Amino acid sequence: MFRSALLASVIVAGVGVASPVFAQSTVYIPAILELSGAGAVSGTNFRDGMLLAIDEINAKGGILGRKIDTPLLDTQSDAGISRAQVQKVLDNKPFVILGPVFSGSVLVDMLLTQQAEIPEIVGGEAAAITQKGNPYVFRTSFGQQFSMPKIANYMRDGVKAKTVGVLWVNNDFGKGGRDTFVKEMNARDIKVVADISTESGQADFSADVVKLKAANADAVFVYLNEEESARFLREAKKQGLNKPLIGETTLLGQKVIDLAGEAANGVRGHVGLTVDAPIPAVQEFAANFKKRFGYACDHNGIKGYTAVYFIKHVTEKIGKFDSKAFAEAAHGITISPKDQPGILMEATWDKNGDIDRISFLGEVVEGKQKIVETLPKLNK
Amino acid sequence: MASFIQLLVSGLATGAIYALIAVGFTLLWQTSQTINFAQGEFVMLPAFFVLAAMNAGAPFWLACLIGIALSIVILGVLFKLIIVDPMLKYGVLPLVISTIALSLFLKESAKDFYSSQAQPFPTLVPATDIHIFDAVISTQSLAVLAVAILTVVALNILLTKTRLGRQMQATAQNPTLARILGIPVQRMVLYTFLLNAVLVAIASILVSPIYLAKFTNGETLGMAAFIAAIIGGFNQVRGAILGGLILGVLDNLSAAYISSQYRGAFPLIILIAVILLRPQGLLGRVEERTV
Amino acid sequence: MTRLGTAVLVGATMAAIVAPFFLKPYGIFLISTWAVLTIAAIGLNLTLGYAGQISLAQGAFVGIGAYTVALLTPLGVPFFLAFLAAGLLCFAVGWGLGYPALRVQHHYLAFVTLAFTTLVFLVLRNEQWLTNGIYGITGTPRPSILGWSTSGARDFYFFCLGILAPLSLATWWMLRSPWGRAFVALRENPLRALSLGLDTRRYTLMAFAIGSSLGGLSGALYAPLVQFIEPNSFALGLSFNLLLMVIVGGAGNFFGPFVGALVAVLLPEWLRITQGYYLILYAAAIMVMMAFCPSGLLGLAERAIKSLNGRRAGATAAVRAEGAGP
Repeated sequence: MFRSALLASVIVAGVGVASPVFAQSTVYIPAILELSGAGAVSGTNFRDGMLLAIDEINAKGGILGRKIDTPLLDTQSDAGISRAQVQKVLDNKPFVILGPVFSGSVLVDMLLTQQAEIPEIVGGEAAAITQKGNPYVFRTSFGQQFSMPKIANYMRDGVKAKTVGVLWVNNDFGKGGRDTFVKEMNARDIKVVADISTESGQADFSADVVKLKAANADAVFVYLNEEESARFLREAKKQGLNKPLIGETTLLGQKVIDLAGEAANGVRGHVGLTVDAPIPAVQEFAANFKKRFGYACDHNGIKGYTAVYFIKHVTEKIGKFDSKAFAEAAHGITISPKDQPGILMEATWDKNGDIDRISFLGEVVEGKQKIVETLPKLNK
Repeated sequence: MASFIQLLVSGLATGAIYALIAVGFTLLWQTSQTINFAQGEFVMLPAFFVLAAMNAGAPFWLACLIGIALSIVILGVLFKLIIVDPMLKYGVLPLVISTIALSLFLKESAKDFYSSQAQPFPTLVPATDIHIFDAVISTQSLAVLAVAILTVVALNILLTKTRLGRQMQATAQNPTLARILGIPVQRMVLYTFLLNAVLVAIASILVSPIYLAKFTNGETLGMAAFIAAIIGGFNQVRGAILGGLILGVLDNLSAAYISSQYRGAFPLIILIAVILLRPQGLLGRVEERTV
Repeated sequence: MTRLGTAVLVGATMAAIVAPFFLKPYGIFLISTWAVLTIAAIGLNLTLGYAGQISLAQGAFVGIGAYTVALLTPLGVPFFLAFLAAGLLCFAVGWGLGYPALRVQHHYLAFVTLAFTTLVFLVLRNEQWLTNGIYGITGTPRPSILGWSTSGARDFYFFCLGILAPLSLATWWMLRSPWGRAFVALRENPLRALSLGLDTRRYTLMAFAIGSSLGGLSGALYAPLVQFIEPNSFALGLSFNLLLMVIVGGAGNFFGPFVGALVAVLLPEWLRITQGYYLILYAAAIMVMMAFCPSGLLGLAERAIKSLNGRRAGATAAVRAEGAGP
């Protein structure tokens, strides 16, 4: 008798403790992120960029006079847990939700947030996220359906490749990128002669390099996570794979350059967000981040930082904490660093929640990422 | 043909890493019936000890010694006293659960107390590439291969030619009888744990320059160690090295020639086949059943 | 069963029925997860606690069950047919896996089932034409029973309870039968059981297959509960989690899975207060638990009760303890 009563009260208590006590002087904007598991690097970067922005804003009085209250919830990089966390925060009526970064988790969470009509600013890059007709999802980085055409154009016009090999990591990030990339290649009549999947956490890329050498493509598109990119680049250099290696933001990141050393030189690619952008606001952010957290942030840090300032700007524009009004106002909005320095670069959000912004073509030269060209927004 | 040789050579290099980790795993199983599901994390952790020592100002060679010493204390002595000893009397299963929990504990500790990012790790041998018959192998990989072989040879000598080693073997085969014969059984078992701690520390220092020190390293390495140990033979140290090499080569060949999406499947299929058809592994002795 | 035991059981049942009225949707989601996972844990308890076989494949069976339902229901197949199909499929696969695998010793079986789980994961991930691969399957609908829609959180919870109860009763009945007695004999002393004429292989295989089909039935409920399934959810992590539930609750104890699943679902929630170190604390808690009560929480409770009774009267207490529990 006692044990069951005890159990019951403990269940209630356990769930009850989870709900925050928030006063009218704060606004509840919870963050659901990958803080452990496979996505821990992306999630912690997003979190730290976010925290930097929140502290800056709270120091100046918060949004419309209310400080931002952002409890952190860990999805453990699992979509099921992510969904459970979303359910938990929705019970407490948030204003806006931040995260997650993993596209798989985003897609699941969207089912709930759309139903509850709460906007979600996510870090996921899969094309599918903004193609489901959800008016409440937004992102602060390019979806794959925006970045891949830019890379494909570069393949066709810059590299002038007629055949290409694709090396991708077998998770939702890598597969989604590969699928979108292959589609863009087919649309431009460039033949995919090697289509090689790799495992997350893989250390030995000798078999993959052997296959790429045998395929003899004009260029290789590399779409892996950070450490794997570094290991691949080293193996490619070791075995003498001499073709142009083209990638996306991750491949040219400082992290990969540090880990791959000399093997990273010569790598080229499209860079959506980077702390190396030749823009003073971005440089200042990067310095502040490094000073506070002790490491150089990757593009996920910028996603998190700009997401909070995005929320601030739209909320101040509508003048109230109304989730539905937020979503309506956010579609079609253009935010310039003149009005909101924290947004770092001018950006426009379309009716699907996707972002349009300048981006860059980069190359790794002597151990540093160099921006070779600035690409304009798709729609001026 | 050149690519086949390259695959073979790279496979042997990776296989040597698996072999080194599998050896300690096999030893623990032989002498104390401990299936250490945390073996992968045991290899992941010493690298962080070394990095922490270097952050505190120690030069690399000193940091390595500190790392090995810390391994011996934490992964050897503490592991045995706090986790294995209390649970051994309850049977294999609680110990298995405990080591599974331990692997989670070590992994999360490394992530929370050091970093979730991969850390570059300094290398013992300068990283140059050597060309052998049209294939390229790095000196680091050769070093791992050499150390792995040396270790097995040394262990073999220890176990068969020295008195201490023979006592350890006796303890493994029949602890009760060994005790009657006056062998200090508990001490022998302790030595095995210390030996494993040294082996994993060495493996860690050799492997981390290639794999980079990251808290998730234990997952793949641990799984590879189990598979290598079983394929080669759970109750023979030589089996571990054969199993490791076969695993490394097989992984590469299947990824290159059969399917990259199913590259993880082939070692598992071989594992199932070995367990069902020849459970003592390729080089192992058949386990006698005690009534 | 003892009077105390019956009272506790009645109390716990009442708590299970009354709880959702005091909880927010998230809390109801948690106890629904508890109900669903308990079914899988009961299955694993049969295999592990009663038949004494270490299986790391239960997570894969939950996955097979979940995918069966997630693929069949959008095609128009009524839920209960898909539910049964999940159970039967897993029974068949369990039988097929167990037939060769159960010949080997316990620790080897752990590795065979470990390999099986990873292989199932690879197939689920790579065969995109069938399973939608890494992208997973979203939006499995919750069933309607004779006009009663279960899409609400509370309704679905009662639906899960409505499946857990008969399954538990069926398992209870099976264990009390001569068949069940044979299982226990297997675990206690396989050689003796053999010498008494039991076909140990047949019984062990049966236990394994039934345990697997319960895993499949659990998966069949998991799909409409979470409404998103992907290969990663059913890999080794789930198998370890289920193993943990059975051991922590008390392997071989009928109510062990219930308690173990409750702990597994609630403990991370309580520890979440520690904001980030909770996985470390969770792992440490498991290790401590294993060192002090390896027969699980219910084993600990039994010992506590026995020592309490022992103070009253030595012999009668021993006799009463003998008759307690299945």
